[in-house]
Amino acid sequence: MRMRLVPDNTNWDFFGRSKLWLGISGVMMVVALISFFVQGLNYGIDFRGGTTIRTVSAQPVDVGGYRNALQPLELGDVSISEVFDPSFGADHNVAMIRIQAQDEEEAITAEATEQLRQALSTVAPDISFASVESVGPKVSGELIQTAVIAVLLAIGAVLIYIWLRFEWQFAVGAVLALVHDVVLTIGVFSEVQIKFDLAIIAALLTIVGYSLNDTVVVFDRVRENLIKYKKMELKEVLNISINETLSRTIMTSLTTMLALIAMFVLGGDVIRGFVFAMMWGIFVGTYSSIFIASALLLRFGVKRDWTRPDANSGNQYSNIDA
Amino acid sequence: MLQTDLWKRVVIWGLVALGIYFALPNAFYTRVEMHNDAVKAIEKQGSTAELEAQAALWPAFLPSGLVNLGLDLRGGAHLLAEVRVADVYASRLETLWPDVRDALRPERDSVGTVRLQPSNPLELRVKISKPEGMEKALEVVRGLAQPVVSLTGAGSTDLEVNGVDDELIVTLSEAERQAMDERTVRQSLEIIRRRIDAVGTREPTIQRQGTDRILIQVPGIGSTAELKAIIGTTAQLTFQPVVGRGSDKDAVAGVGNEVLPAGDEEGLFYTLEQAPVVTGEELVDAQPTFDQNGRPAVNFRFNPSGARKFGDYTANNIGSPFAIVLDGEVISAPVIQSHIAGGSGIITGNFSVEESTNLAVLLRAGALPAALDFLEERTIGPELGQDSIDAGRVASVVAGAAVLLFMFLTYGLFGVFANIALIINIAMLFGVLSMIGATLTLPGIAGIVLTVGMAVDANVLIFERIREELRTAKGPARAIELGYEKAQSAIVDANLTTIITAIILFVMGSGPVRGFAITLGLGIVTSVFTAIFVTRLMIAMWFRRTRPKTIEV
Repeated sequence: MRMRLVPDNTNWDFFGRSKLWLGISGVMMVVALISFFVQGLNYGIDFRGGTTIRTVSAQPVDVGGYRNALQPLELGDVSISEVFDPSFGADHNVAMIRIQAQDEEEAITAEATEQLRQALSTVAPDISFASVESVGPKVSGELIQTAVIAVLLAIGAVLIYIWLRFEWQFAVGAVLALVHDVVLTIGVFSEVQIKFDLAIIAALLTIVGYSLNDTVVVFDRVRENLIKYKKMELKEVLNISINETLSRTIMTSLTTMLALIAMFVLGGDVIRGFVFAMMWGIFVGTYSSIFIASALLLRFGVKRDWTRPDANSGNQYSNIDA
Repeated sequence: MLQTDLWKRVVIWGLVALGIYFALPNAFYTRVEMHNDAVKAIEKQGSTAELEAQAALWPAFLPSGLVNLGLDLRGGAHLLAEVRVADVYASRLETLWPDVRDALRPERDSVGTVRLQPSNPLELRVKISKPEGMEKALEVVRGLAQPVVSLTGAGSTDLEVNGVDDELIVTLSEAERQAMDERTVRQSLEIIRRRIDAVGTREPTIQRQGTDRILIQVPGIGSTAELKAIIGTTAQLTFQPVVGRGSDKDAVAGVGNEVLPAGDEEGLFYTLEQAPVVTGEELVDAQPTFDQNGRPAVNFRFNPSGARKFGDYTANNIGSPFAIVLDGEVISAPVIQSHIAGGSGIITGNFSVEESTNLAVLLRAGALPAALDFLEERTIGPELGQDSIDAGRVASVVAGAAVLLFMFLTYGLFGVFANIALIINIAMLFGVLSMIGATLTLPGIAGIVLTVGMAVDANVLIFERIREELRTAKGPARAIELGYEKAQSAIVDANLTTIITAIILFVMGSGPVRGFAITLGLGIVTSVFTAIFVTRLMIAMWFRRTRPKTIEV
């Protein structure tokens, strides 16, 4: 017997509580935005400049000790955090040290790195730097600008594509669902204070692509059913379409989620934030394509006459043999 | 029904075979890498038995393209440098002063005497004692301007000359600046490339970014310090006559002279004539060596014109000291003992062996036209890279296995078809990546994992559609056909939108983001291909062979 995630021939009503879902999403978006503006994002050095150093030592990480050792160097804002990963052994202790961008310096100098290493080796003699990354304020400003432009461009391009393939109501519905996903993802990053760097922008854009993928599949079915059931109420048509595609929506989200969970657990700590962003995005993307995009479409209304002009009548070549 | 033209079948299987063929070297990564290195070494330095043996590890008739591993996976150093293009403007204007002076001298009657005025480095201010002769002065100095040689600057000249009261202000024109920027950055790029090649590491990336930036990525280097020592030094070498020496750094230098610190002795300053006798540009060779006391030194040789100048100067100035200046520091100031005719000499100083080796490399490669600022700098240790590869590999395998199992449980036999297509898809993705020589980064691996998850989407769409069509009982063959047909538009729309975002990521992104965009974008193309064409062929083959009355999807 085959595994069935969703029973055949479902006829669940997805619109009975559509106001509730839209309301919840609206509130969540407001919360996300407030969190973003009040608390802000935990920007990585890609976006605000500075240096991050990944240290490895056989001794347990002593955050306070590290901080005291770095104190005399007068580096300004220094944040130190220990990194955990199941793959690390007992003699593999990792910490991330972040140092703010120094005045009159773009990237960190080799001498400064050496000073840091010497200062830290007073606490942990065997300390080594697994990676040192430094981004100057000049570049970081440009990076954030490019990133914002990239996300806006992606949303704009998709708006145009769906408008061309469907109708403007579909495009607006899909894009609003998309904005919903992006806002909620940024909200989570602001709330949990996970490091927000360039890779997260890539994740955001993937979410844009994925959420659309889901929404477009539903819309494609809506278009088909609009042609098939000419007299049926729009709400009914939308509901049937979601039910018909539900099995596929869940199935694809689940396989993708499975792959991402594997990456999240086993892929190492370097990429965990990135994978987390995608997992969250796929979760909200699936939710929004079922509950938000179509509910918006219902409110916008769509044209009901989908009969295409007959290819054989009315154009200049139609009567060539007559 | 479920018929596919023979030529189509040939093309589809052909593409699959081609993808797998090109992906093959990646399965034997270390072996192929050794083979490639050996082949390159043989080309460069001739063959040895050991290299031949390494080259023989991989048969020559098979493709040897590999997916390059990004810095985050292999470890290495990444630097983004900005060339201080404006430096060159200042030195260009400095050299212009003698020309302006000489041009105005014959016009003394109308313009009076000329004097250089202090100004910011981006302009040259010249005061004339007879302001009423400004008209004439402007005309003469404008006559010094040369047409700009560049595509965008065609038709314009290099200098802009204006007169304010009794001062002539000469600045470089916009077109000339652009042309100079272009030359400066290109020259820097070339010199950096030569310097890194001289050190000899595997596959460095040296690219220009934007108008005045250079991206340098060198795999396998443990720290950027080493790399910066090589490329960050300007290495402007000059040989200048010594006027005097003392301990006052603010000593009055006198017109045409300058005061420079000694490199080897704290608090010692030399007063030198500004115009060099010979510069590093006229060097043809430099090698690390040891002086007669056994201390590290650098041996150099001039080209014929440099050798002549050097020879003449040493012949005329026996007994006077002579300064060797590197980047504004006097390395040594030996007294000329005899006429040096052969055009070769030795630079001694307080060098370590490493420093003398580096200096020789720098002198051979030539001086950078302008200094560099480092905007971005990343070093990834090789262990961290290896950890990431290992973690990525395990995660990919587990992710793949989970998806395969899940598909089988849900769709049974059809799931098996989809799984075979998924495996082919991954192989083809690696094949394409190897063919185009793409670089795999950690986000790139995530892109592949995501592709694994999403690749089944097209098949899920088709299979779900077949299920639906089966319910309306049209017979299995018709249901399969309709399933493929009706799922098509959803598949196309869904994947095109993802491709759009991948393209935008590729265009706008840099570094790791770009790597992710490449794997995601290519992954979509190969996954749609395998899902639509390959599974369809497999299902058709199975269907024709068994002719089932009913099917379960």
